Amino acid sequence: MTPVLEGVGLVKRYGRVTAMDGADFDLRAGEVLAVVGDNGAGKSTLIKALSGAVIPDEGRILVDGTEVRFHGPLDARKNGIETVYQDLALAPAQDIATNMFLGRERRRTGLLGGAFRLLDQRGMRAEARRVLDELGIDIKSMTQSVETLSGGQRQAVAVARAAAFGTRVVIMDEPTAALGVAESAKVLELIGRIRDRGLPVVLISHNMPHVFEIADRVHVHRLGKRVAVVSPKTHTMNEVVGLLTGALRLTADGRIEEVGQAVTTGLDR
Amino acid sequence: MTTLRERRGSVSEYMLRTPAVGPAIALVVVIVVFAVVTDTFFTVDNLSLVVQQSLVIGTLALGQTLVILTAGIDLANAAIMVLATLIIAKMTLLHGLPGPAALVLGIAVATVLGAVTGGVVTSLRLPPFIVTLGMLTIVTAVGRIYAAGQSFPVTDGFLGFLGQSQYLFGQLEITYGMGLMLVMYLGFWYALSRTAWGKHVYAVGNDPEAARLSGIHVRRNVLGVYIVAGIIYGIAAWQALGRVPNADPNAFQTGNLDSITAVVIGGTSLFGGRGSVLGTLVGALIVAVLRSGLTQAGIDNLYQDVATGILVIAAVGLDRLSRGRQR
Repeated sequence: MTPVLEGVGLVKRYGRVTAMDGADFDLRAGEVLAVVGDNGAGKSTLIKALSGAVIPDEGRILVDGTEVRFHGPLDARKNGIETVYQDLALAPAQDIATNMFLGRERRRTGLLGGAFRLLDQRGMRAEARRVLDELGIDIKSMTQSVETLSGGQRQAVAVARAAAFGTRVVIMDEPTAALGVAESAKVLELIGRIRDRGLPVVLISHNMPHVFEIADRVHVHRLGKRVAVVSPKTHTMNEVVGLLTGALRLTADGRIEEVGQAVTTGLDR
Repeated sequence: MTTLRERRGSVSEYMLRTPAVGPAIALVVVIVVFAVVTDTFFTVDNLSLVVQQSLVIGTLALGQTLVILTAGIDLANAAIMVLATLIIAKMTLLHGLPGPAALVLGIAVATVLGAVTGGVVTSLRLPPFIVTLGMLTIVTAVGRIYAAGQSFPVTDGFLGFLGQSQYLFGQLEITYGMGLMLVMYLGFWYALSRTAWGKHVYAVGNDPEAARLSGIHVRRNVLGVYIVAGIIYGIAAWQALGRVPNADPNAFQTGNLDSITAVVIGGTSLFGGRGSVLGTLVGALIVAVLRSGLTQAGIDNLYQDVATGILVIAAVGLDRLSRGRQR
């Protein structure tokens, strides 16, 4: 089966620092793929390359098997790839419906929309309400400003925006990092619901229990490249942690073995 | 899953969403106070005069509101307007240019100056305060050099058109300038609240990074706002010539601060992204009412300045208090 989104041999250098060193990536239809890695492993560079925010120096990106070149986040969006950024990218003083449609507002049809550029505010509010309802997000009014929402509700609005416009992939960068236990659980539930609607999700997270709760596969990133892809069903959290710190490695035949020099700081290469 | 219908928010929520409501209440209160305290304030003639006195600052404040909504500020707006009046007047008086052509030229110069300001702000990423402070100094000096110590009377009928009036119901004096200002305010209220352009102006001022990630061309949007503001300052020059048919390089020296005062009293946040032009219209009227009313009550000019200053601080303080719960 062709991956929905694929990266092959991606390289990105910043001066003498190599943030991506021949990284591979693949996302399959209908799955939640978690991307885990230590700080500085190059996860966010990988994700930015896939969402168009960073242009890789080398390597290929394929969408449904076709090679694409992203020159900015808008190009990725046009290919149906939506990203939920860690800081959510919501304008706090503006209302929910406005935020959902920010940058892609709908105008009224006919003369009002054409000559007078009149927005279809009622239509956008109804659509925002429909998407939130469908995802089971309980927010009473589409005209309340985002700053009146709790952290979890804001996250839900950002996720709903991505789910509403994403036609191929939703990428989420640390969606539970700023949330409490109950709100995290709701967001994880939301991720599951998006997958169940048929939209694959890439989840970047530091939180192993969250990863193991929701992910179908786990992509382990280390020193700028993918070192393993494992299933939460066949591997343990400790094994994943071992892989991402370099204490363990995946052999060619899929077994996990200990690396001789158990403590690898990343400073010794 | 919610089945609740869209619920109207509480009163405080409504006030936050509709920032012009608070200033409008304040305007009604000051009018009532002066109507009670003095005999001469609440007359048809005086009310008309109050509105006429708010036209120039009110128009400047419209452009100022747009700039402030993008989290900027424009200290040069009145200087640009004064330069435009000088160009318009001198061109008709000394070079025989027809009134409409001179007006177009004046508005064009103001527009270019707006574009220069916006260009420097967006391309060099300098704080608007600094850029417009520089523009204020430059444009004021250029105006004085151009005027060479003179002021220029305007006799052209077209240029004085906005000062002409009609009498409604036989006694209420309405100038064409009032009509133009009202139309401009309604037009920009529509553009800001009902079009994508307006939503983008608010977003850019509220959170530029969120706006960028949402696919808005932030710098293009901000540049556009300064250009539109420049056009508005050019039209303010026409209003100024309608009020006083004389272009004076030393006029409106505090016009920039007066326009900021109107914006702030009107409830627009200096931090950008919050506020409305209707609030600014009310703010400009509050200042004019306060000045007229205090004059009718026999209070000295300088005390009027004290009152305006207190009002500015009170307006910003109230704004801060009302948002205190959220930030």
